[in-house]
Amino acid sequence: MLAPYLLSLPAGVWLLALFLVPLVVMLSLSLQSCNPATGACVLTWHWAEFGQQLSLYHTQFLTSFYFAGAATLIDLVVSFPIAYWIAFYGGSKKNFFLLMLLVPFFVSFVIRTVVWEFILSDQGVVLGALKHAHLLPQSFHVLGTGYAVVAGLAYNYLPFTALPLYVAIERIDRRVLDAAYDLYATKRAAFTRVILPLTIPGLFAAFLLTFIPALGDYVNQVILGGTNNTMIGTVIQNSFLVTLDYPGGSALSAVLLAIALIGIFAYARLLGTRTIEEYL
Amino acid sequence: MSAVATAAPERPAQAAGPTPRPRRRWTRFLLPAYSWLIIAYLVFPIAVMALYSFNKVTTGLPQVSFSWNGFTTQWYQEWSGVPGLTSSFWLSIRLAIAATLLATVIGTLLALALVRYRPPRFRGRVFVEQVMFLNIAAPEIVLGASLLGLFITITLARGFVTLLLAHVAFSIAYVAVTVRARLAGFDRALEEAAADLGANSWTTFRKITLPLIMPGILAGALMAFALSIDDFVTSNFVSGAAVPFPVWVYGATRIGIPPQVFVFGSVIFGVGILCAFASIVLSRRKA
Repeated sequence: MLAPYLLSLPAGVWLLALFLVPLVVMLSLSLQSCNPATGACVLTWHWAEFGQQLSLYHTQFLTSFYFAGAATLIDLVVSFPIAYWIAFYGGSKKNFFLLMLLVPFFVSFVIRTVVWEFILSDQGVVLGALKHAHLLPQSFHVLGTGYAVVAGLAYNYLPFTALPLYVAIERIDRRVLDAAYDLYATKRAAFTRVILPLTIPGLFAAFLLTFIPALGDYVNQVILGGTNNTMIGTVIQNSFLVTLDYPGGSALSAVLLAIALIGIFAYARLLGTRTIEEYL
Repeated sequence: MSAVATAAPERPAQAAGPTPRPRRRWTRFLLPAYSWLIIAYLVFPIAVMALYSFNKVTTGLPQVSFSWNGFTTQWYQEWSGVPGLTSSFWLSIRLAIAATLLATVIGTLLALALVRYRPPRFRGRVFVEQVMFLNIAAPEIVLGASLLGLFITITLARGFVTLLLAHVAFSIAYVAVTVRARLAGFDRALEEAAADLGANSWTTFRKITLPLIMPGILAGALMAFALSIDDFVTSNFVSGAAVPFPVWVYGATRIGIPPQVFVFGSVIFGVGILCAFASIVLSRRKA
């Protein structure tokens, strides 16, 4: 009788204490007022914190949206053809090609981003060579701009996009396609009216698994974007680790979570929470 | 990450792909060429890292430089020459092993509960599934920040313990999901047969269930290890005095990256990719 509860007890306790309770603590912190001198905080139901933080940092929220959105769009467009190719033409080498898609994950996330800083730097392997060949003006630079941040985000999160797409395309029953061709579908029609609709759940999962982490990312922004184009993740980690403004940081985190929850709820409603395990 | 291991078995009848008629000659090469280009793009930064781990340093400070100064294996010989980097690496290894052990046990138990029991006997299963989904899908920065908020509120000093608590917390759901996916085809009749032959429930679990679900557990453990060893966002919030490898490297970006970072990156990459290739080759042998 008790078996299912005993089996899930350790996980339940751990997730309650270190996932759900922290979220409640975060909400409570966002409504507290702290004494800057002593660091002591009291719950004052200071709802104005949200308004203040949003009026201060709404541009950073918008920047995060633009950058994460651009990177996700690039990843979806770039990885669809390769996912399609591996799923349909990978043959016996499918696992090898999937490993190639996962190759970035074998290098630490921070090191990957540092290497991109290295590659995109003004005198680095790419720009330096192009400038040496007089194909680019000496003043040309990428590092410290939004383009560098989007490039870093797109590279770092590409596997998160490509894998769900691969899973979705791989699952398409080839007989459905044969049927389409038997009914005189052109290649274009077969793609837009059969393959694309069948991959919509995968596209949604890919979007969710890429956009949400990219939205909160600050490593790419700090390393590649410099002090310009600050994203909301940078502000949150500054509030918690540099300025020690816990109520402010908590309020911003709560807003970010609320935004992410819109996508998460939409996914759970449309596709069900269990489907996510197929795309991880 | 699990897709490599879980890739569907080949379906010979459908392996040819959807070609209604022979493709035109040159467009046939378009998709493979494009795919290899993307693979080259994914590998390129790693190649740069590996190459520059052999770069000489001409300035006084040992930092990676943008210009190629000549080949040297100096940084491989002096791989432990930066004390902070080396100790952070071993901390990350210890942390990942401890977090993997805990998360794998806890996550596997949860997966067993989710696979075997449905709502009349397991009330709250849907809620547990929703919490797991939320845990996986929520932005990591929010989870890390909220954990820091908790540790501050209960005045728990940040260090190895807080890192371990946090790493297990974000790994459990991934392990449970990975193990459950592998448990789906499990035949309960085998356990009943063992019981019929007089095995008690512990013996049945040890001799029948555990060996059968072992591949799933290993996949889950691999997932937990990969998540833990490479975690930066949460670790940066809860690390305090104990600095794991990614947090150390991030801190070093402000003062200059010592060449040993690229050495560590290259060696970890080499070991990881060799293991992955070995597992692909082995799984093909079995099949």
